[in-house]
Amino acid sequence: MRDGQFIIETQNLTKKYNGLTAVDRLNLKIEKGEIFGLLGPNGAGKTTTILMLLGLTEPTEGKAWIAGHDATREPILVKRIVGYLPDNVGFYQDMTGRENLRYVAQLNGLSRQETEKRIDALLERVRLVEAGDKKVGTYSRGMRQRLGIADMLMKDPQIIILDEPTLGLDPEGIQEMLDLITELSRKDGRTVLISSHLLYQVQKICDRVGIFVKGKLLASGPIASLGEQVFENQPQVLEVKIDPENETLLQLIKGMDSVESIKHHGGMITISSKVDIRKQLVSLLNQHNFTLLHMRLRGRELDDIYRRYFAKEGVS
Amino acid sequence: MGMGQTGLGVLYRKELADHIKSKRFVIILLLVAVTGLGSAYSAAQGIQQAIAQEGNKFVFLRLFTSSGGSLPSFLSFISFLGPLIGLALGFDGINGERSRGTLSRLLAQPIHRDAVVNGKFLAGITVLAVMLISLGLAVGGLGIIMIGIPPTFEELMRILIFIFFTIVYMSLWLAISLLFSLLFRQTATSALAGIALWLFLAVFLSLLAGLVADGLFPINDQASISTAMYNQQVRQNLSRLSPTQLYDEATVTILNPGVRTLGPILPSQLEGAIPGILPLGQSLLLIWPHLTGLIAINMICFTIAYIYFMKQEIRAG
Repeated sequence: MRDGQFIIETQNLTKKYNGLTAVDRLNLKIEKGEIFGLLGPNGAGKTTTILMLLGLTEPTEGKAWIAGHDATREPILVKRIVGYLPDNVGFYQDMTGRENLRYVAQLNGLSRQETEKRIDALLERVRLVEAGDKKVGTYSRGMRQRLGIADMLMKDPQIIILDEPTLGLDPEGIQEMLDLITELSRKDGRTVLISSHLLYQVQKICDRVGIFVKGKLLASGPIASLGEQVFENQPQVLEVKIDPENETLLQLIKGMDSVESIKHHGGMITISSKVDIRKQLVSLLNQHNFTLLHMRLRGRELDDIYRRYFAKEGVS
Repeated sequence: MGMGQTGLGVLYRKELADHIKSKRFVIILLLVAVTGLGSAYSAAQGIQQAIAQEGNKFVFLRLFTSSGGSLPSFLSFISFLGPLIGLALGFDGINGERSRGTLSRLLAQPIHRDAVVNGKFLAGITVLAVMLISLGLAVGGLGIIMIGIPPTFEELMRILIFIFFTIVYMSLWLAISLLFSLLFRQTATSALAGIALWLFLAVFLSLLAGLVADGLFPINDQASISTAMYNQQVRQNLSRLSPTQLYDEATVTILNPGVRTLGPILPSQLEGAIPGILPLGQSLLLIWPHLTGLIAINMICFTIAYIYFMKQEIRAG
């Protein structure tokens, strides 16, 4: 046991495969009751991280604690309180939804009475009451995913971990899934860890997110604070539109401290600088009677994070 | 906690139910029943004629060992089909779960990882045991009806030992196929690997043993007695690397009390020997090493599977 305020905590968690580092000294801290999104492009090491948290894969270095239990040393204790929805969850096709849930209940040592009670309640919750007695082989992807949620909740876990829960669902299914996950946290008070490469979809419901790229956690926190962290050492790029737009203006801007370069195209001026120059620029323009028509600091928003790390994947 | 135990019991029952409900099991059962009963039937017909001429000592056992007419004996059928049945029950044990995406869900439950392999293995053995015991009883019943002579107590014991040997032999192939289902990602690959190994051990190893023995101790016109002996020993010991060979030797000995030795024997050693039969205890003593060998191979397969599974990465797909 290890006491601490964080229900999920990792310390320099590292996994190497044949010299390739899949997860690189990850330090993750997740508080009880929050929804944390582990967001990163495919191949960032998200699934590997989850497997280490569940004790299904042994870390090369570092440690992971789940509710104070060492995930590597006490995997059974961890798996008793963690519900896991794997990426591409599978069920026994020739068993019904109910039978699949019953099997999981037995593996968790639930009593017969409790099992049936929970199955009824959960099928209701994921809207599979009618499909419950049909073979899983006949289910659609969305139904399978919902059955996966029910399956995960059979053990009434404190913590739930979902790997790409919205992948392959239609827009309606995605919304439904996200609502369901939100409810699990807000209504039931469970801690939720979602891994996804679908930044836009998933960040909406997260209290905090971690941007996870190539095995490294680039930034973590509320979504609004991420831009600053991710682009900390990058030059600031400011987009402005100013009237009148003439040579004097350009010279004026170039003359400012900390401006590195300036580009002028199609009525828009982009200024690169080391620090945020918005305040200075505005007062400078005022002094010289220029009118500011538009100003935007580029590279500090979710969009920019997305463009930089996620768009290459070709999926959104 | 007892939690691991619970997990094993649940897994075992699930696997057992899966086997019994599967089409695969029905096909295997039909195959075994038809060939087994067919060969026993044709053996019984042959025995009816033979009793009159040779007397009826251990006649019941001949149901299992003699080949009447066109069909091979029950024993050779089982020796041939046994590996296939063991392989059929286990070749997709683990990789099947993996490709269906159920393995990661299963292992996310609070059970010990080895319970998964153990549950599958025990369920497979149970299916094999039930199948073989029923088949043995069916053949015995058929025999009593056809030849009209009930088995003696010793015959019954020999048959039970034979069935026990067969269960161990088939479990060995089950363990091999489970091991392959861990080593290979594709179920087709693990099935083929199993069949390849079976063909090698059942057919090619004895050919290879012959080649090696003839190379080391060639037998020609000038060959001495000792060369011939060495040749035979090398050949036999190499063949014994195969569990099929061990099983064949053991079951022939147990079902045929007339078998007194398994190694080569010289005419001089036979001089003065009275042809007779071995009592059960002596037959057992003769094949004790075979039993040990079969169980040891079983354990080795199982240990490798166990270690490998513990270290294996669990990912869906």
